[in-house]
Amino acid sequence: MKEESLWYIFINASLINNFVLAYFLGICPFLGVSGKLETATKMGGAVTFVMLISSVCAYGINAFLIAVGAPFLQLISFIVVIASTVQLVEMFVRKMSPALFRALGIFLPLITTNCAILGLALFQTQKGYGMVESLVYALGAGAGFTLALVLIAGLRERLEFAEVPGVVKGTALTLLIAGILSLSFMGFAGLGG
Amino acid sequence: MNKHTDKSGFFAALEDSSSADTFLRGLWKDNPVFVQVLGMCPVLAVTNTSMNALAMGLATAFVLLMSNVLVSSLRHFIPKQVRIASYILIIATFVTITDYAIMAISVELHKSLGAFISLIVVNCLILSRAEAFASKNTVGQSMLDALGMGVGFTFALLCLGVVREVLGSGSIFGFGLFPDGFQNWIVMILPAGGFFTLAIWLLLFNILKQKRATT
Repeated sequence: MKEESLWYIFINASLINNFVLAYFLGICPFLGVSGKLETATKMGGAVTFVMLISSVCAYGINAFLIAVGAPFLQLISFIVVIASTVQLVEMFVRKMSPALFRALGIFLPLITTNCAILGLALFQTQKGYGMVESLVYALGAGAGFTLALVLIAGLRERLEFAEVPGVVKGTALTLLIAGILSLSFMGFAGLGG
Repeated sequence: MNKHTDKSGFFAALEDSSSADTFLRGLWKDNPVFVQVLGMCPVLAVTNTSMNALAMGLATAFVLLMSNVLVSSLRHFIPKQVRIASYILIIATFVTITDYAIMAISVELHKSLGAFISLIVVNCLILSRAEAFASKNTVGQSMLDALGMGVGFTFALLCLGVVREVLGSGSIFGFGLFPDGFQNWIVMILPAGGFFTLAIWLLLFNILKQKRATT
């Protein structure tokens, strides 16, 4: 599979190798804000947006660093770019929708330390994706992240009313559901060949 | 497990002094993985073999120790407004060093850990220790705290790695464990196995906690 079609890249990032369920990236917000369906959707949107911007920036920076001959600065510059993008999004959200800003709370600034975003930047560099491919990859990863978050949130909302033993409640239960979801996502492995 | 729950003798003596307490807290009472549920990505992603788990734990512990020491010694010079950014820069520097060091030691290991070494930067555990502990305490205390947390983190990773490797590949640290005919639980080395194993460890901890609360 040398020449990957854009469609394949998208399916690969969103379903086959879902960032949350196969790579375990972005587990913190996954466990933290997945209690409510609405918050989960918006969080997914915010993360996808940050992913798109930082993916393009990461591509540019990587090309520049290789041209300059300082690839060891890669990690540091990626994290700086991501941190500033998150700062931007935070200001934007606070202005546009204070209610959403309150709902996301501490998890908004924590997008900076969301492994999914840095992971995306690192993976796309590793795979040697070009500009367009990186964008599609970011879009797919964002869609996959949102999908996983929404699925879990829906399940958790229903489980609120279920009778579960006290010891299982909380993180352990969420992890168990995530495990089962991850198993079912393996069914996508054949897609895209 | 029993060694830690049994608080008589050696452990009781250690816990008398406060600096030993700083160290032990990370190991058991505030274990970063089982109690605080921090730094989940590497915990789940690289624990499919014991060796990976150990390497990842040590790498994280090293970064944690170095960044805690540096943050703590610079705590009077870093302005409050830019402290998080500075912490991240410090952490990223040490992670880059670790990344290149592991590549120099064993290319194979570097390949199997992949991008997850670089992802130590965004391990919430390290940032949270820098912010919550190292920025307020002396260098010595921070060093102890980092050591405790680092060892606790490695211990937790090993807990998962050993279980997953024994069940999933029928071996431990690469050495075969079972006679022929043992059916490997393939699911344990797949991503789903990570979720299940961690869920079960958390369950065990919850049960332990509840037992202690009732007695």
